Amino acid sequence: MITYIIRRCLLTIPVLVGISMVSFGIVQLAPGEPTALFIDPEISAEDREAYLEHYGLNDPIPVQYVKWMGQILQGNLGYSLINQGMTVQEMILARLPNTLLLMIVSAIIAFAIAIPIGVYSATKPYTLKDYTFTTFSFLGVATPNFWIGLLAVTFLSVQFGWFPTGGVATLNEPFSIFDRLHHLILPAVVLGTSDMASLTRYSRTSMLDVLDQDYIRTARAKGFKQGKVVYKHGLRNGLIPVITMTGLMLPNFIGGSVIIEKVFNWPGIGLLFIDATFQRDYPLIMGLVMVSALLVVVGNLLADILYAIFDPRIEY
Amino acid sequence: MNAKEITVNQQDPEKVNNITNKPESLLKIGVEKFFKNKLSVLGGITIIIVVGMAVFAPWIAPFDPAKQDLLNTLAPPSMEHFLGTDELGRDVFSRLLYGARVSLLVSFTAVIGMKTIGVVIGASAGYFGKVVDSILMRFVDVIISFPQIFLLITMLAVLEPGLKTLIIVFILFSWTGTARLVRGEFLSLRNREFVLAARTMGLKTSRIMFRHILPNAMGPIIVSATLSVGGVILSEAGLSFLGLGIQPPTPSWGNMLQAAQDFNIMVNAWWYPIFPGLMILITVLAFNFVGDGLRDAFDPRDK
Repeated sequence: MITYIIRRCLLTIPVLVGISMVSFGIVQLAPGEPTALFIDPEISAEDREAYLEHYGLNDPIPVQYVKWMGQILQGNLGYSLINQGMTVQEMILARLPNTLLLMIVSAIIAFAIAIPIGVYSATKPYTLKDYTFTTFSFLGVATPNFWIGLLAVTFLSVQFGWFPTGGVATLNEPFSIFDRLHHLILPAVVLGTSDMASLTRYSRTSMLDVLDQDYIRTARAKGFKQGKVVYKHGLRNGLIPVITMTGLMLPNFIGGSVIIEKVFNWPGIGLLFIDATFQRDYPLIMGLVMVSALLVVVGNLLADILYAIFDPRIEY
Repeated sequence: MNAKEITVNQQDPEKVNNITNKPESLLKIGVEKFFKNKLSVLGGITIIIVVGMAVFAPWIAPFDPAKQDLLNTLAPPSMEHFLGTDELGRDVFSRLLYGARVSLLVSFTAVIGMKTIGVVIGASAGYFGKVVDSILMRFVDVIISFPQIFLLITMLAVLEPGLKTLIIVFILFSWTGTARLVRGEFLSLRNREFVLAARTMGLKTSRIMFRHILPNAMGPIIVSATLSVGGVILSEAGLSFLGLGIQPPTPSWGNMLQAAQDFNIMVNAWWYPIFPGLMILITVLAFNFVGDGLRDAFDPRDK
């Protein structure tokens, strides 16, 4: 087990190196010189050359990459081009808690709704209720999240006035849990919809498989109540594949938060990323792309390790 | 074969035919199963209608999608404008028809491109194995680790946004799933007897890979291609919504929704965002139904 975890961690190292290379490489494709914002266009060619030399911008690209990587490993992601004087890591760290809050609450809502529905459908397959839930999950997968968000803001916030139109909290008001939740609930539900839908289908299939197993028949034959058979014997095994599913959902969640944060004006890293792209703030873009991939890698690592812990049938 | 059966056969010429003819092909069984599935047939019909709307847009559209009517902006649905007008007084129904062209063009081209790359890379990894496999699959691991939208948006920020860029960017970053799928198929097929036979006959490697093995792996590839069309339509809509995809004045379902973020529309024209979103939902749903139907139809495990 321990060796498996260590091996699994070591396997992420080449992936992390690859991620840094892609993040670095993409921005190299950008047109125009990175110096355009710093160097006064009036200065002479020699001064300019000296400037480029001094900042290492004449180095070959692999050398630039190694230097950049050295800084990254020391925790320095560079300086924002637009917000002068701010480091990229400062800007990201300031926004990250908002995104994590949104993602975690959203995931909790998605799981809390999807898994009971999936389990229920699996215990009563091919009934009217099962078909209704299946239809909803089909719709959920095919609906653009941001459209649901737009409709939610248009109707629930603007037309009916039940929810705030965006942001994390009411401006100029003291902190209150209720106010925060009031702002959080719509974006969190909307962000989770498509994953909620696929999670429902996934847990239904997984439970159907499990409920068909011999040990479930044994449990039933022993005369256990339906509830105990389903929730004690079935659920424990049925949820193991769902752990892997969670790992696979993570990129969706992080990616989905970009658009949802835009719709609800939620000041997280997604909104920061959109602002950064429109302002061509390349260091910030690179930093955010790397952080987003890092979140996915760490999430998948955790999912794999949890899987190994929760499924004792697999030996490593 | 016992005597009884022979006599039966002699009496009934149709049954003789049944035995001498080839058995029912897998394709025929699959097609029959597909048409028995009501949802996938419904999806297929919907796709035909949407494609028809896109192809015949100039003839169906009651208005020029670019024609502005600043005296009649954000009009509610009426007899003249079925689905109302947008913030510049352009007919929403006509713009939806032309938007279908963009969405389908982007998704079909992007899917063909990404499946081609995915098949070539997956086939090479699966067939050659060893070092080739490790290198290609580590590369896939890296690309898959990025939430796709971050890569797409970065590329669109670096390059000039537009139709061509959008398609290229989708192709560049969306082939990984197919590559994994095809690799898996090739891994399980490459040691089968027919491949061995082809190799013994001295056929060229590329011929063995693409003429002998690939046709056996086509089922899952077609299913995933169908499902990817829906996925690309959703991503295109999202990117255009953010202003990074199809640029106005060209209408696309996504950039029509971009305008719906305006507070004025939310207050005074709540119906406006409904229609483009419904078009996306219906189209994506149709491709998903067809994809699921194809999967069930060509899955040899259940009959």
